[in-house]
Order: sequence, then C-alpha cells, then structure tokens
Amino acid sequence: MSVSTSPRPAGLAPAPAPFLDVRDLRVHFPTEDGLVSAVDGVSFTLEKGRTLGIVGESGSGKSVTSLALLGLHKGTRAQVSGEIWLEGRELVALPETEMRALRGRTVSMIFQDPLSALHPFFTVGSQIAEAYRVHHKVSKKEARDRAVEMLRRVGIPQPERRVRDYPHQFSGGMRQRAMIAMSLVCDPALLIADEPTTALDVTVQAQILDLIRDLREEFGSAVVIITHDLGVVSDVADDILVMYGGRRIEYGTSREVLTQPQHPYTWGLLQSMPHLTGDVGERLNPIPGTPPSPINRPDGCSFHPRCACKGWVPQGRCTVERPELRPVAGAAGHFTACHLTDAARQEIRGGTGLTEERGTGTTRAAR
Amino acid sequence: MTAADERKHAVSTTQPLTGRTTDRPAGENLLEVRGLHKHFPLRQGIIFQRRVGAVRAVDGIDFSVGPGESLGLVGESGCGKSTTGRLITRLLEPTGGSVVFDGEDITHQPAARMARARRNLQMIFQDPYSSLNPRHTVGTIIETPMRLGGVNPPQGHKKRAQELLETVGLNPEHYNRYPDEFSGGQRQRIGVARALALRPKLIVADEPVSALDVSIQAQVVNLLQDLQREFGIAFVFIAHDLAVVRHFSERVAVMYLGKIVEVADRESLYTRPRHPYTHALLSAVPEADPDAMRRRERIRLAGDVPSPIDPPSGCRFRTRCWKARDRCAAEEPPLLRADGSAAGHLTACHFPEEPSVRARAEDIVLDPALAGPEGKS
Amino acid sequence: MFRYLVRRLLAAALIMLVITTITFFVFFALPSDPALLACGKTCSPSRLAEIKHSLGLDQGYLTQYWEFLKGLFAGRDFGDQSVRIHCGAPCLGVSFQTDTPVLTTLLSDFPADLSLGLGAAVAFLVLGVGLGTVAAVRRGRAADKAAVGLALFGVSVQIYFIGLLLLYLFVDKFQILPASGYTSITEDPAGWFKGLILPWTTLVIVYLAMYTRLSRSSMLEVFAEDYMRTARAKGLPAATVVLKHGLRAAITPIITIFGMDVGSLIGGSAVITESVFGINGIGKLAVDSVQNSDLPVILGTTLFAASFVVLANVVVDLVYGLVDPRVRLA
Repeated sequence: MSVSTSPRPAGLAPAPAPFLDVRDLRVHFPTEDGLVSAVDGVSFTLEKGRTLGIVGESGSGKSVTSLALLGLHKGTRAQVSGEIWLEGRELVALPETEMRALRGRTVSMIFQDPLSALHPFFTVGSQIAEAYRVHHKVSKKEARDRAVEMLRRVGIPQPERRVRDYPHQFSGGMRQRAMIAMSLVCDPALLIADEPTTALDVTVQAQILDLIRDLREEFGSAVVIITHDLGVVSDVADDILVMYGGRRIEYGTSREVLTQPQHPYTWGLLQSMPHLTGDVGERLNPIPGTPPSPINRPDGCSFHPRCACKGWVPQGRCTVERPELRPVAGAAGHFTACHLTDAARQEIRGGTGLTEERGTGTTRAAR
Repeated sequence: MTAADERKHAVSTTQPLTGRTTDRPAGENLLEVRGLHKHFPLRQGIIFQRRVGAVRAVDGIDFSVGPGESLGLVGESGCGKSTTGRLITRLLEPTGGSVVFDGEDITHQPAARMARARRNLQMIFQDPYSSLNPRHTVGTIIETPMRLGGVNPPQGHKKRAQELLETVGLNPEHYNRYPDEFSGGQRQRIGVARALALRPKLIVADEPVSALDVSIQAQVVNLLQDLQREFGIAFVFIAHDLAVVRHFSERVAVMYLGKIVEVADRESLYTRPRHPYTHALLSAVPEADPDAMRRRERIRLAGDVPSPIDPPSGCRFRTRCWKARDRCAAEEPPLLRADGSAAGHLTACHFPEEPSVRARAEDIVLDPALAGPEGKS
Repeated sequence: MFRYLVRRLLAAALIMLVITTITFFVFFALPSDPALLACGKTCSPSRLAEIKHSLGLDQGYLTQYWEFLKGLFAGRDFGDQSVRIHCGAPCLGVSFQTDTPVLTTLLSDFPADLSLGLGAAVAFLVLGVGLGTVAAVRRGRAADKAAVGLALFGVSVQIYFIGLLLLYLFVDKFQILPASGYTSITEDPAGWFKGLILPWTTLVIVYLAMYTRLSRSSMLEVFAEDYMRTARAKGLPAATVVLKHGLRAAITPIITIFGMDVGSLIGGSAVITESVFGINGIGKLAVDSVQNSDLPVILGTTLFAASFVVLANVVVDLVYGLVDPRVRLA
C-alpha cells in the first residue's frame, strides 16, 4: 500500500482495522474497443454506524464500485483487482460460494428503480421471505412472519395484507420501502444504496432518506449511498467521496467537502446547481463540455479538458501528469486530487467569487 | 407584517369570492387556459368495451402566460403537468375547457387549421434520446418543421439550420451528422434548435433537463434562458425540480392530482408558500448546503399521491395534509388570493399557511415509519 | 374469470363462423367441378344432373350455405330414396367421395394427430427450453455455440429429408423400428410408441431449433433485468437465480408460441410428417380432399384445424393470466 493512494494515515502503529477498507480498487472490462477502466484505483474506509456518500456523474464509476463491494462482478468478464476488507475478510479474492454467503446477509443492496429491481411474478412477501430463508434455517411460516415484521418497520400500512401483493400493486414509494425491507431482513452490517431515491418524487425521497437514516441508527449498519445529487448526500452522508472518470478527486467529511470544496470539479458541481434560496438573477455557472467516456479518458487529470483552473498550474502539468489524492493543508481528513497549490486555490476562492476569478485565471494563463 | 395587515388577518382567513381570481390581468395574454380537463377513459372488455371510469389527469385548471414570460409548472409524478403541456400543444385532445393561443381558440382546432398556431407554439421533450429520429440527420431534423410549416427563409433551409445550430452552441458543420453521434446534452440542444426553427412565440419545455447529468443541466438551462431573453420567447417550463424551476421561471404554478393548488411569482411562492403542499414540497428538497438543511423545518408527508382515478373529495391534498378538517372533505377550495398574500399569489386552500416564515418553522412528521416507536419527530 | 371465459368463447365462435364462410365461398371459386369428378369416365348429361342433385350442387350458393349451417346445428339427411345417409348434428357434411359423414372420418383420424402432436410438443418444449437455458447461461462458450449450431441445423433441414433419412437408418438399414403407419394406443401401446418414435423425432428436430433460439434469447433478455441482479444480491445460489427467477419470466413469451404450435399440430398441420411416415391423419385427409374437390371434407378439415388454433389461443390467454400476476382477465 502506498501513502498516496490511501487516505488513511500510513505507518501508524496497529490502529484498530476499519470496518470497511477498500484499497486501490480497479474494475476493468474488456470490450471490442479496448480495455475500459470503469474504476481506476479507488480507496476509502467506513466505520459502522456511519454513511459514506459516493457522488459522481454518469461514467464516473460509482455504480461499478458498488457492485464490486457485493462481488457481483464475479463470474463476469470484468477484471477486479485491489482489496476490499470487510470485518477482517478480503472480498476480492473470496471464492464465489463464500461471497454468496455474505451477500444479502452481511452486505446488502438497495437498487435505484424498485419496480424493475423486484421480480414482477412473485409477491413482495415471498421475495422478502426468500432473502431471509437463503441465510437462515427457518420454516416458510417464520420467514413470512419476518417479512411482515420488516414491512411494518419500514412503514407499510396493513403489512399482513400487503405481504401477499405483487410489486405492481405497490406505489413507487411503497416499493422502495419493500426493497429496503428486503435488504435489511438479514440485519446486514453494510448497506449499499445505489441511487435509492432517483426514481422517486421529492416528498417520497425525503421519507426514504429519513427512513434510511433511522434504520442505520437502529441497526447500527454502515451505509454507502451512491448518488449524483449533492443535496441527497448533504442530507444523509457523514463522509463524501467525489468520483470523476473512475477515480477519486475529493474525499472528506460531508461538511468539509460541501462548505470548503477543494477540487475545481466539486466547485463546478456546486456552482452549476440552482438553489431554493438566494439571488435568481445570477446565471448558473455550468461546467463546460461533457463527462469523459470510460473508453477514451483524457491523459493527465481526466477533468482537465473541462477545467477552468488549469491555467493556474504551470507548464500544462494537468494534461500530462495524473494528480494523486493528497491531504488538504489545515483540514484533517480532507483530501483532493488536483495540481493546484493551496495558495492558488486560496486565491481563486478568496476573491469575489469563482466566476470572476476563473476569468482572471484563464487570462493569466493566456499571458 | 404591518399592524393593518395583522388586523385584517384576524378578521378573515380567506379572501372573499369577490377577490380577483385570475393570476394575470386578462387581455394581454399569449396563452389563456380556462377550465382545462383531460380525462383518459378506462375501458374494459374485449369486443364490447364499456367505460368503467377515467384517469382524471388534468381536472379543471386555469392559467395564463404573457408574451415573453416564463411560467413554471411543478408537481410530482401523476399531477398532470406533462399532460397539461401536451394539451396546450394539442398533442392531446382536451376533454373540456379552452386553450386560447395568440388570440385564437385552438381547443378543438382541426389539424388542418393548426398551421398558424403550430408555427408559434413548439415543444421540447424530456428524453433527448427517443425524441430525435435516429435515421435523420441533424439538418433534416431541424429543417422538417420549416418545410412542414411552409416557411422558406431567405437564406435557404440549410443556411438557416446551420445558423440555428450555432445559436444553440453546436458546430454548424455537424449539419450532416446523426443524433447518435451526440451526447445527451448536445441532443437536447438539437431539440432546442428544432423548436426554434419557426421562431415560435411560446415553447412548452417538458422536463427539458431532467435526463441530463448535473453539470450538463446548467448548460441547457442557461441556453434556454438566453433564448428567452434574446428572442422574447415565452415558456411553459414543466419540471419536478423546484430549484431549476425557481431559477428559470418568473411565475410558478404548483400542481397536485390534476389541479393547480398554488400559483405565484417565484419570490412569493418560494419564500411565503401558503398551500401546505407547496410548503411540504419545498421542505422536502435536499440542498447541498449542510447549514441551510439544518435551518429548515422538516415536513414529512405520509404515503404517496392518491390515484387520479378516484381522487379524494373536496381538497385533493387533504388525505396527506396535517391541517385537514371536515370542511376540506366537503368543499373543494377555490384558487383565490389568500389574505396576506401578494397580488397574483393564488392559493387553493381553506386553511392556508401563515404568510410569515417564522410562524411555521416547526417539524411535522406524518409518516408512521418515521414518527414511529422511537418517538422521533 | 368466468365472464372472461364466456366472452372469449363467444368471440371464438364468431371467428369460426367467419372462417366457415370464407372457406365455403373460396371453394366455389375453384374451377373444378366435383360432380364431374364423381361422375367418372362413363358420364352422361343425365347422370351428371343426377349426381349434382344428390350432392346438392344444383342449388344456389346461398341455399347450399344455409343448408350447411343448418346441418351444423340440426343435422342433415343426404341422398335420395335409394341411398339415404343420415348425418347427425354437428353435421359437417358428407364426403362426396366416400359417402361417410365428415365428422366420423375426422374423429377416426384424430387420435393419430393428437398422439403425434402432443408427444412431439412436450418433447420439443422441454428439450428446447433446456438447451436454450444452457446456451444462455454459457453464453459465448462452447455449449452455447453447439446449441446455436444445432438450432441452425434444425432450421435448415426439411422434414422430408430428415424423415426419409431416419426411415432409411432405423427401418431399412438397422431394422430396429417398424416400417410405417399408426397403431392405436388402445390396441397395442408398445406398437403405438414404436411407430411414433421416428415421426416424433422428426418433428422435434424441426421445432427444437426454434424453441432453443427463442428460449435462449428470452433468457438473455431476462438475465439483463434488474430483478436478476437483485436475486444475486440476496445471496441466492446461481441455480435458483436461473431456474426460479429467470425461467419463470423467460417462459412467458414462449407459452404463446407453444400454444399456437400445439393447436395447429394436433389440428393436422404436420402433414408432411404424416405422409412421410404413412400416418393417416387429418393433414393427409385435407390434402386428399383438395385434390378431389371434396368440399365437405375441405370444409371439415379447415374448421377442425381452425377450432384447435382458436381454442389454443383461449388457453394461452388463460395460462398467461395464471403465470403473470400483472395480467388480469376481466
């Protein structure tokens, strides 16, 4: 393990191992167009009872990361390397049969669209009971009772009756609750939620996020929530990992990343979002261009073609040298992968706002 | 709040019926929608079909849009906002009510006589992937409305299409390319160029940015805003994202189960919502600012939106409302200016929220799973 | 559910009526004259008129059609004073050639088609879905390529080729199976089975191809569904994921086509197989009747075959309602 790829303080004496420790995770897919590196060296740690938000746009590798945590790439063409340590066990090299015993029991997952993620031909109750019976030697009756209990816990009215319904008979929000009930039925230690509210309406989203937060406290699980929505992570996450082009570009506590963002991409994301309060006369400040395709990523920093600040970095370093994740000076536990010096960053952010400073930045580069 | 306001407030909670019930002064409107209905019949039977009910997607709404104005239409899925967009552009036939566009009643205008209105009334769709024909070049896609509308620009169709590509920020040399060579954001720009081809007076944009990545959304919103300002195009901007609507639209109408429950200028609606639903909706939007999140009150409604096949009697929001009383079930609240609201701020509620912000800053949790045994609220 | 069934059956009857009408009038557009055929070589105008009268061909089309419809519900009597043939309801008419009621002939030929069709159908469904599933699971590997290759072979060979090849190998060369014909199961069950092995095999080879391909593509489509990922994420064993969650969804589109195939097979559509193996089934009856311009038999076989296809449709819809909870029959 090298210092630069892991945010954990290196070389310290035997500190208690973190609950979840992902080290230099890489997921590659061989395709006709060449090797696609969907995830390219991602590391993070997570303790029980805490929530990590992984934020990124399409093609950032956030969903592929989540599937790797469940070992769902096993038996496919994907090539996974690196280490995933969960409670002292390494999952990447774990044989499929042992991984299967962990899935749904120790690590479980909530998917984005509950209508397509639940089987249309089986009742909601039988699907929850099935998840319980795979890992517990219980009768059908006991498993059914457990399903009813879980449905009640996630706030489904009349669970004794609804347990016999099919997914299509549930509303969108109720389906996501049923999905949550199914993923929590074995009391998992790690819960992964992949865009759990993207398909839902805003009032239902608020209910589901509150529910996930409540259940995390009640069950004491660790939660990884994957989303493109900075509002969602701000609502539920303790830590945030921002991904771009299959790599980490910023990592830190939620408050640090959202209030003191360090990477130009994070700045861009925050500035391109409209808000519910504040001045509406201002134009949004979009990030130019589009996210890179995983097949053809730019050299150097993969954000450089869209970055307004690359003029601040001398000698075009951004286009040739890939920045490593480094601690941010004066902010413990906050890391960013950018060639900008702290001084330059201060200067860019210190002015009247990024909009104008960006302009000076580019002019400076032109000079 | 002034003392005079407070006194008035103590006397009555709602404006008498004589109050002005239109959202904008009449006479100068580009689009006037009155009592618009759309019921999709539910049929049963194989050979002999019987009507067994109807999905009341849009159930009597009134609004108007002035020239160059942008009206936002927000609400959750099933509220009828997209159906409304399709009714205005006559992609759907209204069941009742009237749509007057640019002084012409187009409610039941036969297709042959729609040519003039079509030229001035265009639509942008949500999905930039399925709304462009993959077998047509970008040039053909943009020129088709001109050809169909019999418009022959002096510089020729091709030149005009290339100008439009430039206007929406694409390379005019991409005229001969096919849609699948473009990213989602660029495709949406092509859709915008197509809508602009006939220099319309009104564009109905149905969730134009919701299929796009966050960093791309802002590009398209800015583009639309530039077009609105530069060409004076009016917009009906349909979206579920309240922050985007606030940014784009001067006036905003909130829909719930086929009805408009509140309409106001954005300042008034976002800072002093009077309808409990608007209030709940605003409090549910997560913001990327941890401090703003902490300051905001938390309103958690129970359950989902009821079915539009059999909507609740009286006020449709009452089944999820913490203020609901007997009157709400018996009597449908009309869309009126509530006491203490700014001019043009109309609310359909018997018991509107207090106009002052501080008076309502408390958490309301109706969801049994959240307000459960742990006693959280 | 019951109301649905009644409505569907009424609709089916309506379709049958339309088919009857069309077949009846298409026949009259044919250039050949059945009376002339029946009259034989020593035909005189008076004899021809006599035959025409006894066959009822001297009446107008509409009268004949009306008589036919009446016979369906009330039965009819044919012939003159000398020869009298009674044909009870539902009367499909009496063969011009053999003077026997058509229904009697159909019913005596039907067991052969039922045995041939049902037996082959069960075999190709089970084998096809099995092979297709294996191919889908082992996508891109040797097993998949073998299954796809086999399917391609089955699609490209013709029944008369494969049938004759089987006959040559097993009957002529190795002499392990009887030569030809259909033996009733009630008379000689072993003989029934032995006689049908080759026809079954022929039909299975031909149909297996389509069912393998169909279930492979249906399976692959289902594998891409989110709920299959959910099933794996729950920790279910791979076999449960494929056989319970996968097959249940993948079988639905196959049921539709299977229903149609069974319906048409037992209705006599395996005509080439019948003639290659010398089985006297409804398919052969239909072909012969067209050659002889035997209107009542043509009508009878057409109606008989059509009724099975229509009935299969109803059954498929009912099964669909049982398999897919989202489909409500009302």
